[in-house]
Amino acid sequence: MLPRSLAALFPGAQRRVEVPGVTVGAVIEALDARWPGMRDRVCDGTGTIRAFIHVYVDGEPAELSTAVSERSVVHVIPAVAGG
Amino acid sequence: MTGRVLLLLGTRKGAYVLEADGAGRADRASWIVRGPLFEPWPINVFRQDPATGVLYAGGGNPWYGAAVWRSPDLGDTWSHSSAGLTYGEGGPAVRAVWQITPAHGALYAGVEPAGLFRSEDGGETWRHIEGLTNHPTRPTWQPGAGGLICHTVLSDPDDPSRMWVAISAVGCFATEDGGRTWDARNRGVRADFMPDPYPETGQCVHKMVLAPGARDRLYQQNHCGTYRTDDGGRTWICLDEGLPSTFGFPVVAHPRDADTIFTIPLNGADRGRVMPDGKAAVWRTTDAGRSWTALRDGLPQANAFVGVLRDAMATDPLEPFGIYFGTSTGQVYASADEGETWGRIADLLPPIHSVATAIVAA
Repeated sequence: MLPRSLAALFPGAQRRVEVPGVTVGAVIEALDARWPGMRDRVCDGTGTIRAFIHVYVDGEPAELSTAVSERSVVHVIPAVAGG
Repeated sequence: MTGRVLLLLGTRKGAYVLEADGAGRADRASWIVRGPLFEPWPINVFRQDPATGVLYAGGGNPWYGAAVWRSPDLGDTWSHSSAGLTYGEGGPAVRAVWQITPAHGALYAGVEPAGLFRSEDGGETWRHIEGLTNHPTRPTWQPGAGGLICHTVLSDPDDPSRMWVAISAVGCFATEDGGRTWDARNRGVRADFMPDPYPETGQCVHKMVLAPGARDRLYQQNHCGTYRTDDGGRTWICLDEGLPSTFGFPVVAHPRDADTIFTIPLNGADRGRVMPDGKAAVWRTTDAGRSWTALRDGLPQANAFVGVLRDAMATDPLEPFGIYFGTSTGQVYASADEGETWGRIADLLPPIHSVATAIVAA
């Protein structure tokens, strides 16, 4: 599940999308293959998930190395902020 | 030069295009606002490559990082990229793009934290120019209130090997070998807030501009004064006499006259950074900074407690040329007669970070 503010950056991207991958990192790579540049929006140039982006796998906080099963639901959620 | 003018605004919440409307096109008096563009990202720079007509914007989103946006069709469609805008694993993350400069067929991007990147494919991919960040003074670089940002990138129009950048709060650097090596060029520029007011680096340069047609002349608006150099930045001459303050952000040049520039003095770094006495004015010199004139006709002369940020003033290249500025409270003022008379052409926009002009076919 992708946030509106992320999907809107890539023409044709949907918020609910199915991609293969055995880890969060692999899922993000699969998203990037479909919509080039999406990895750079979720991860910074140092190779980690951006500070204000949270990723959950089946409702649990996750990192790039977190395992993903065939039926897992992965949420990408921007942190809430004011202003 | 003929054509119609687009005003390109970068704001805290997206970018906007202002287009001269119907009957108002010739006098640049009536404008239509289009936007916001770029998913209301904070946009620090939004400009046209005059050689190709392509529009570029740069900024940084607190969630999604830094990116350069590109439109080949004046804003109807967009793509964005940050491929290569990185200091690599172990380096700091690039937080925002602050400047995009087309030059000699390439694009340069100044970023935060301060560094310079080059693209040879229209902004699709970027390569770090390490010579600048390898400067021996790098460990001493300190951020200004806006961050440690490379906000000005200037290229000699006749010699691609010569470039200048400005970094807050570090100062001016120049290269004469295409970016391989850089010299700090801040002699004569004050840093009143430092123990040594004339350090090699540490100056809080706010904006620099090339003088048209004068090979080694640049102007600089600094946290501590307004300056001119006639030797490519090796020495700077203070131009403060006749100005109401030493503090301001933007400085822009006449499109054809190397002796004429415009600046907007604010009331002081620790006094709110707004128009002095609440009276809005753009200040002009026509003799390279020896004397100054306030241009106020049509600008609010009471209760105008507004500021103007470093990139939020621009000229167009028409004859007579237009000049424009946007405020940090969302108003845009314009003059179609080289600053003699002014009018407000937009209001109620987000805080305006940058103003640029684009010329398109009439």
